[in-house]
Amino acid sequence: LVFTEEDKYGLYSNLLFKCFLAEGVVCGHDLFVASAKEHPDNILKELPAPLLDDTYGKELGDEAAAVKSEDFQDSMKIAWRYQNLPKMEASPTTYTKFGHYYDVSKKMSPELCQLVKWHSFYLHEELSFEPKMKAWNMNSGYARLLQSIQKIISREGFDGSDPQKKPRNILRIGIQSLGSVLWGDDVCCSDTPEDPHSLTKFLYVLRGLLRKSLSACVITVPAHLIQNKAIMERVTNLSDMVVGLESFIGSERETNPLYKDYHGLVHVHQIPRLNSLICDVSDTKDLAFRLKRKLFTIERLHLPPDLSDTVSRASKQDLAGSAKLLSSGCGAMAIGKKHLDF
Amino acid sequence: QGQFTLLRDTRTDGSFLVHHFLSFYLRAGCKVCFVALLQSFSHYSIVAQKLGVNLAAAKERGQLVFLEGLKSCLDLLFGAEEQPGQPSPLQFLSTSELRALFDFVRVSLTPADGDSWKGPVLLVDDLSVLLSLGAAPVAVLDFIHYCRMSVCCQLK
Repeated sequence: LVFTEEDKYGLYSNLLFKCFLAEGVVCGHDLFVASAKEHPDNILKELPAPLLDDTYGKELGDEAAAVKSEDFQDSMKIAWRYQNLPKMEASPTTYTKFGHYYDVSKKMSPELCQLVKWHSFYLHEELSFEPKMKAWNMNSGYARLLQSIQKIISREGFDGSDPQKKPRNILRIGIQSLGSVLWGDDVCCSDTPEDPHSLTKFLYVLRGLLRKSLSACVITVPAHLIQNKAIMERVTNLSDMVVGLESFIGSERETNPLYKDYHGLVHVHQIPRLNSLICDVSDTKDLAFRLKRKLFTIERLHLPPDLSDTVSRASKQDLAGSAKLLSSGCGAMAIGKKHLDF
Repeated sequence: QGQFTLLRDTRTDGSFLVHHFLSFYLRAGCKVCFVALLQSFSHYSIVAQKLGVNLAAAKERGQLVFLEGLKSCLDLLFGAEEQPGQPSPLQFLSTSELRALFDFVRVSLTPADGDSWKGPVLLVDDLSVLLSLGAAPVAVLDFIHYCRMSVCCQLK
């Protein structure tokens, strides 16, 4: 269960959501799309087209060539301590064949979409809930969604209940903007919502459904609107993976020269630890994303060298916290020659 | 004997301790009642195997009573109508009452005839799920208190 905290204007989380669904189409998985905001048919019409390997390779090849020309092989004179660290790979290389890449400027062709079976749930078109669900004590929108998901899972055999069913496939569930007022939940409106447990109950039952079947789910939630910290913590506890997107639009960081190459930050709050004692923590925790003309990439946050004349930057205090987290590597080297400590 | 341990993790993951205690007490020969609300049986089973304990076998021989929260709640919500005499321990999903859960715990840890296990152990993973599912904090505290009284004091 992947839980995504939306960025303020929902632009980038929407993009990620669509990429998740597009990946499902390309891999031939079944899709289930639920939303209270946009009709799922419209969402599916706007999925990004997959990038064919050769065009992506060419684009990356251009970039790689530009990087090589700077010739990192020269031995470093001042920052010699960092010579031995592996060269930082900022963006994904052509060697990683896991998943596909998507061209966000083009829409996916309808023929490709029609190859997969998809189910949709648009809250405002659904019938009102059945009486049995009153016993659930949950927001009716969520209850209807759960019922719908459960029906699809058992009908299509994702839970292995019918051994005769055709070769097993995976169900990709995407739920957009859960917890927003459009679902009838006021958890985003006030500190003490009327029914604080609906969202968490929904997540718990969803978790049960996911564990019991061959499915994966990505949910986006406008977390910046949820004021009750206890609810956010419980929600985090109930999800397997939590990723937050923070975009720079409208915030002071937009004009910050340090972040000029990027459009936002990616915060990984939690990684799944299923079937093992602990999880594998990656070596760097600072990730940023950028939306180039065609590609949406997530890279390690790479501060450009500090070449300004001023002794200290105004934003140093803000960065002090994140600077400590940056693993020693190119990032630390770039903070400023005055701060290098031998 | 007669001990109540609360595992609390902030900003990190303390679940490895749950796995440790589970395998520790099973290996010591105690009767364990495990209320597993957060993860599925197979998750605990796979990790326990890595630690050298077979949960399925423990369940077979009656040493382990396992309540799989995720599965039971699906049965409760999507399954057939329940029998009147046997309320589901997860009834608090609809009624916010933890009584049924406590009864389940008490019944499973009461020594039956022919049991040769050493002291009973109750493991709950984890309490915050009870809060997430609609139980009031006061009810959860009561539940802890009742469990503590019955497991630590009466059953030792």
